[in-house]
Amino acid sequence: MYPGRFEYQAPTTLEEALATLDRYGDEGKVLAGGQSLLPLMKLRFASPRALVDINRVAGLDRLAEEDGELRIGALVRHRDCERSELLGGRWGVLADAAPQISDPIVRNLGTVAGSLAHADPQGDWGSALLAADARVVAASAGGRREIPLDELLLGPFTTALEPNEIITEVRVPDPGARAAGTYLKLERRVGDFATVAVAVHVSFADGTVSRAGIALTAVGPRNLRATDAEAALAGAPLDDEAIREAARLAAGAAEPRDDVRGSADYKRNVVRVFVERGLRMAARPEERGDVPRAAAAPPGRPEPSEEFAGEETAEDVMKEIREKEDQ
Amino acid sequence: MSATVSGETAETTHAITVTLNRQERSAEVEPRLLLVHFLRGTLGLTGTHVGCDTTSCGACTVLLDGKPIKSCTFLAVQADGREVTTVEGLVRDGGLHPIQEGFKEEHGLQCGFCTPGMMLTATALLAENPNPSEEEIRWALSGNVCRCTGYQNIVKAVQWAAAKMAEEGR
Ligand SMILES: Cc1cc2nc3c(=O)[nH]c(=O)nc-3n(C[C@H](O)[C@H](O)[C@H](O)COP(=O)(O)OP(=O)(O)OC[C@H]3O[C@@H](n4cnc5c(N)ncnc54)[C@H](O)[C@@H]3O)c2cc1C
Ligand code: FES
Ligand code: FES
Repeated sequence: MYPGRFEYQAPTTLEEALATLDRYGDEGKVLAGGQSLLPLMKLRFASPRALVDINRVAGLDRLAEEDGELRIGALVRHRDCERSELLGGRWGVLADAAPQISDPIVRNLGTVAGSLAHADPQGDWGSALLAADARVVAASAGGRREIPLDELLLGPFTTALEPNEIITEVRVPDPGARAAGTYLKLERRVGDFATVAVAVHVSFADGTVSRAGIALTAVGPRNLRATDAEAALAGAPLDDEAIREAARLAAGAAEPRDDVRGSADYKRNVVRVFVERGLRMAARPEERGDVPRAAAAPPGRPEPSEEFAGEETAEDVMKEIREKEDQ
Repeated sequence: MSATVSGETAETTHAITVTLNRQERSAEVEPRLLLVHFLRGTLGLTGTHVGCDTTSCGACTVLLDGKPIKSCTFLAVQADGREVTTVEGLVRDGGLHPIQEGFKEEHGLQCGFCTPGMMLTATALLAENPNPSEEEIRWALSGNVCRCTGYQNIVKAVQWAAAKMAEEGR
């Protein structure tokens, strides 16, 4: 298989890239990691007249913390996030998501910004970054604007980006001094898209939740934010009762469908269990132990338990995690 | 190459120079030519295999500036000015690379279809992490599918190579 004919442009500056994209109107496409676009072009689901390859544009590969915010440049690969020391701790939701995306070879090329622009409802970055309240910087020949992720993602493979816009950077706000989170993904095998995944990102102040971010993958037309659950958690202590109620509300926000990966009921139940489990981990991050972040190391993520229906206590979950890590 | 816009004739080929297995190779390529077709078709290097052709199996894995990528999902024109290593490039001074010896010694292959990709991914792992645990090896190879071996001997082959390379001080 090979793509249809197209013109190829490889600009080296952002200005040149924006001008080139602008000239092609809606017939040009940005090429970043190519790990979604090229497969689509090979299958002829996409046949753009031109590709504007941004891989040679200088300055887009920065992953840095600035004024407390995390800045993820357009050419930051999944691999870079997987290996970055910046992403642990307060941004645990991002650190835990990175190594669960696709397989190690795809992660060497695929980008965070490209994932958001692709807007696959089964994509993992969409949820992890929604939970973290991220926004994107979109530049065009005419200027630049910031778009909150919640407004960027419109539906399956559909975003609010104009055809002449390039996401230059993803910005993740400072979650405050005390914040914790995780990304829990159920997949049929390593490298698969999610059957269901849940992103949890909680900031604390004075022993109560100051902000809760909960987002759901693969259970709707786009990455969904569980807004009712988020609202219920804000301003209260993160205790067992609050956690159970939030998990129930999040399961209600899911819009799963029956498919080869599972029935709608099953997926809804996984959402409930994962939100509960993720919030318990956020409540007591010190108990989750060291997540291995070394090069090429597997993520220290808890495996989904056999029994999804039962109630879990924090003790059960932590015991399970520790056992897995001791192995 | 200058941009072409509506009304102008599209440039159809691009001149590229790739450092392939430590040698510079130049060619004129159409933008839509995939790297794997450039290697196999244009240059006749058939050690890089095509399995799924849908970015899933890793049979087409090559190293781009030392990192494994799937050459069925990368354009030849994107490789311009960069370094590409294929299985043909593993041989050093006419002798087998330790990873190749490892696959031979530990019976790390049966039909051999996945083997070039496996060896290249493993080489990149060992360059980054010379003494990987079994779990790290399995994790690093999780994008390379083998339908024959059950992976057991592939893991042993990588461990064999790690030990040999440590011994040789590579
Ligand atoms: C086998 C396989 C398994 C995968 N599994 C997963 C998975 O489990 N979870 C997951 O989340 N993803 C998965 N992916 C997708 C992968 O993460 C892609 O890397 C990602 O979806 C797209 O990023 P990219 O940089 O490769 O974008 P590209 O393929 O280059 O582009 C994708 C789209 O975004 C546009 N675009 C790219 N960058 C920009 C930009 N900066 N500004 C504006 N538009 C832009 C392109 O024009 C195109 O429309 C998988 C892919 C493969 C091949
Ligand atoms: S042939 Fe490229 S991944 Fe299978
Ligand atoms: S040896 Fe046959 S596919 Fe791996």
